[in-house]
Amino acid sequence: MKLIFDKSVPQREAVRTSPSDVPTTINIKDNLLRQTPAELPELSELDVVRHFTELSRRNFGVDTNFYPLGSCTMKYNPKVAERIAAYPGFAHLHPLLPQLKIGGMLTQGALQVLYETDIMLRELTGMAGFTMQPLAGAHGELAGMMIMAAYHEDKGNKKTTVLIPDSGHGTNPASAAIAGYKVVSIPTDKNGVMDLNEFKKALNDDVAGVMLTCPNTLGLFNPHIKEICDLIHDIDALVYYDGANLNAIVGKARPGDFGFDIVHLNLHKTFATPHGGGGPGAGPVGVKEKLLPFLPISIVIERDDGTYALEYNRPKSIGYIAPFYGNFAVILKAYVYMLMLGKEGFKRVAENAVLNANYIKEKLKDHYDLAFEGLCKHECVFSAERQTKENGVHALDIAKALIDKGFHPPTVYFPIVVKEALMIEPTETESKETLDSFIDAMIEIAQLAKTDPEKLKAAPITTPACRPDETKAAKNLDIASL
Amino acid sequence: MPFISNTPQQQKQMLSDIGLTMDELFADIGKDLMHENFNLPVGQTEQQVRNTLAELAAKNSINLTCFLGGGFYDHFIPAAIYSLVSRSEFYTAYTPYQPELSQGTLQAIYEYQSAICRLTDMEAANASLYDGGTAIYEAMMMALRITRRNKIIIDDSVNPIYRVMIDSYTHNLKIQLEQTHCTDGLASREQILEKIDNETAAVILQNPNFFGCIDDFTDIAEAAHKKGALLIVSCYPISLGILKTPGAMDADIVIGEGQSLGMPMSFGGPYLGFMATKMKYVRKMPGRIVGQTKDKLDRQSFVLTLQAREQHIRRDKATSNICSNEALCALTALVYLSLLGKQGLKETAQLCADKASYAYKRLTAIPNVKPHFKAKWFFNEFVLDLPCDAADVIAKLIEKGLAAGFPLSRYYKGMENSILICVTEKRTKQQIGILAEALETCI
Amino acid sequence: MVPEALFYTKEHEWVKIENNTITIGITDYAQQMLGEITFVEPPEIGKEVQPHGELGIVESSKSASDIYSPMAGKVTELNSKLEATPELINQDCYEAGWICKLSITDESTEGLMNATQYQDYLKEL
Repeated sequence: MKLIFDKSVPQREAVRTSPSDVPTTINIKDNLLRQTPAELPELSELDVVRHFTELSRRNFGVDTNFYPLGSCTMKYNPKVAERIAAYPGFAHLHPLLPQLKIGGMLTQGALQVLYETDIMLRELTGMAGFTMQPLAGAHGELAGMMIMAAYHEDKGNKKTTVLIPDSGHGTNPASAAIAGYKVVSIPTDKNGVMDLNEFKKALNDDVAGVMLTCPNTLGLFNPHIKEICDLIHDIDALVYYDGANLNAIVGKARPGDFGFDIVHLNLHKTFATPHGGGGPGAGPVGVKEKLLPFLPISIVIERDDGTYALEYNRPKSIGYIAPFYGNFAVILKAYVYMLMLGKEGFKRVAENAVLNANYIKEKLKDHYDLAFEGLCKHECVFSAERQTKENGVHALDIAKALIDKGFHPPTVYFPIVVKEALMIEPTETESKETLDSFIDAMIEIAQLAKTDPEKLKAAPITTPACRPDETKAAKNLDIASL
Repeated sequence: MPFISNTPQQQKQMLSDIGLTMDELFADIGKDLMHENFNLPVGQTEQQVRNTLAELAAKNSINLTCFLGGGFYDHFIPAAIYSLVSRSEFYTAYTPYQPELSQGTLQAIYEYQSAICRLTDMEAANASLYDGGTAIYEAMMMALRITRRNKIIIDDSVNPIYRVMIDSYTHNLKIQLEQTHCTDGLASREQILEKIDNETAAVILQNPNFFGCIDDFTDIAEAAHKKGALLIVSCYPISLGILKTPGAMDADIVIGEGQSLGMPMSFGGPYLGFMATKMKYVRKMPGRIVGQTKDKLDRQSFVLTLQAREQHIRRDKATSNICSNEALCALTALVYLSLLGKQGLKETAQLCADKASYAYKRLTAIPNVKPHFKAKWFFNEFVLDLPCDAADVIAKLIEKGLAAGFPLSRYYKGMENSILICVTEKRTKQQIGILAEALETCI
Repeated sequence: MVPEALFYTKEHEWVKIENNTITIGITDYAQQMLGEITFVEPPEIGKEVQPHGELGIVESSKSASDIYSPMAGKVTELNSKLEATPELINQDCYEAGWICKLSITDESTEGLMNATQYQDYLKEL
């Protein structure tokens, strides 16, 4: 398909600018001006609409196909939330208004959304307060690490390292490192959770905290979680909860009750806001009481008269990590989702997410090797090692064959502790019929691996591209049409 | 139950298929860690929730005529943007990990990267960062990696909302952060050139700067390069319709807030951090990058490339921790730039400048209202000194239906009477007239 | 493929020792694990490293590996051919695909494996 720049026709125009009602005065000195206009395409509105409509048809989304991408919680994104986020009363609101004198009164509706989202997230996680500022999950992790550092600095602790299990998301060690910490990786034990003995060995006075996903990226709930939290607290360190997998327990159990001190939530996962093909997300961070003073500036508070205000006077705060109040429109969509689910709805989320994952696990375990036996939570992890050894078929081939059958593949080759990993997360919004057809496809592919492996290696054949050459892309870099 | 497809009957059947009860599915958590009785409201229906939110939306004042800018702008947004970006094939997709299923997103990002390069006159752009503020932080970290030095010079005419973010991010890091003070509205050559030394990683500047003043940083780029330091320029993309580009100034890293490219203000987000650099620094650039390649059948196709820099592979040694970015906002920016096109962007920028220039003349004609700076050239924002406290005047003007501007005392000492006024192409001569009349009565 | 005359590290670097100069590269095992190599970030000439000090990065399209110095020394020479043809490491990792040379003052090979030991080590992986 042609690039949009290659469709350009000189003098063609889409959106016309309105005529000026003021005198045109070239009031800017020539050497401050650009000499030639930016080479943007010249197209009609129809050209632009056709181009992007055609591009959209070269995409899979949750709305078009089952999308069991492990660790990404690709649940259905309610349309009503999109509609509400576009209400002019929210979309046209300038973020600097509350910084004007009496300006807070101009944005009471928006401040109430932020405040009540905070209150509901506290209840769902067992934390004492949230910041809505982090603009994505990894941004929340960084904010969490900064809060951890501020806590230790305040107490005069000299802590230098953060412990992270080797099954953790790559963002965990990256976030800890850019916050200035040294990362110590803890291996996974034979049951698929962080090795408790290795963890204990790593505990010393230098340890600032541990970052955990619970259930972890293998979909397993750590049976020692309470003990781990206690051990960390014994050395005056903190436990960080990577909320990427909260969907497994939301409405049933709370990280705060397990002993976690800091959590980030991915609103674009558990709270049903769309992922946008890579973002925007939102990653609110919640903390326990003792860490409240360190939350970023500002925080929405409720005044005695029932009005809402932004609190800026926070002397112990880590400061500003985003310009305003987070990705407001994303938070708003999550707020709508929470209001619609209510108390009963959340409980059903975790139940059905876990039921769907275990259903797939049970139906496929004879056909693929389970990475770890036993109950899983919201996702199950298989290994294609059997297919690789017996038939030379890799996890990647299975993923590509699924595409031809109309499914988005699971996450592959992650977590890195499992060879040839296939990580399947169905989410609660999918029906049994969809799961059954996915299961049938997976079983058929397992059969094909034995009878016709070459067919799998040639997949996909139904898409506009088939296994693009990534080595060529990296070696002969072509990242812009100039 | 909302958004759950399986009926209770189906759930029962599935449980019986796997030989477990619902309670047994959660047995691994342990009874003592389970939580009953969440204190949450009863769920609302779609009709109810739309009413609830319509009431909340009505509590926000959006009918003020907006002369408020400060880096976040009320520009015109063509209708086609919303209808294209709302296609759920785009917005309900995840990061394009499977290129076969994401050629739409991937090609769009490649085109976005190209558009950002063309706009800024740079060679390489990434797929987006969170916002303009975190983009400055990432650019600073990138400069530290490239130069292996640790001193950063930042001028106080860079958006103060971003500078306080930089202060927070660098608190725990061993970075020497030095601030220079702009004089007469422009970055002080004297101070900056004096501070650039062999330890300097980068100089961070903004154009047009926070006060709206326009500059040409070519001389500073040259001075920085002589000492092995980089120039980082934060810019306002609409202004690049007419203004000299950071590339033409020989800037090394260009970043900015892309909200003005078709995104609503939405009370602070989601916005778009963009970043572009020279090809020689591309491997030190954070964030995702899409590259063009060929597939097995020799068809043109697109993939995520240079992933070995990223967190999912490099973990604690990654160039950044960024994972989710602002892909849909990047798409929005691309659609906006495509709809406006070569001439449209230029005309929009010119309209902003013309209307601001007109407003400046009207407002400075009011007795006792004076320009704050000597600097002569501005884009679509300018600073005026009022005869009294600006924050009070702005509050009075709100009652007259005007968001007249931003009081600079919030971030700058000694500027209690100064107001930053912004005029976009959306403002009319009539609205500017109303502002002038109202201001005259309020001072 | 493990040449006899070289020494090896647990991180799969090889080292050739000749008259106060060492040549460093990555082993056949390492290049196979990485896959097709797309980029080598070399160390700076003149950089002084301790044993296990960082000497750059070898990247493939989906993976990356740090190069650690097997011995203490100072970087004196880089394989400039890798800039345009990093695949030399895949094609000929022990000869044409060398990465850098260091001058050393101490020829002690303490902590390094010889070819037999390295082969045994590979069997355990």
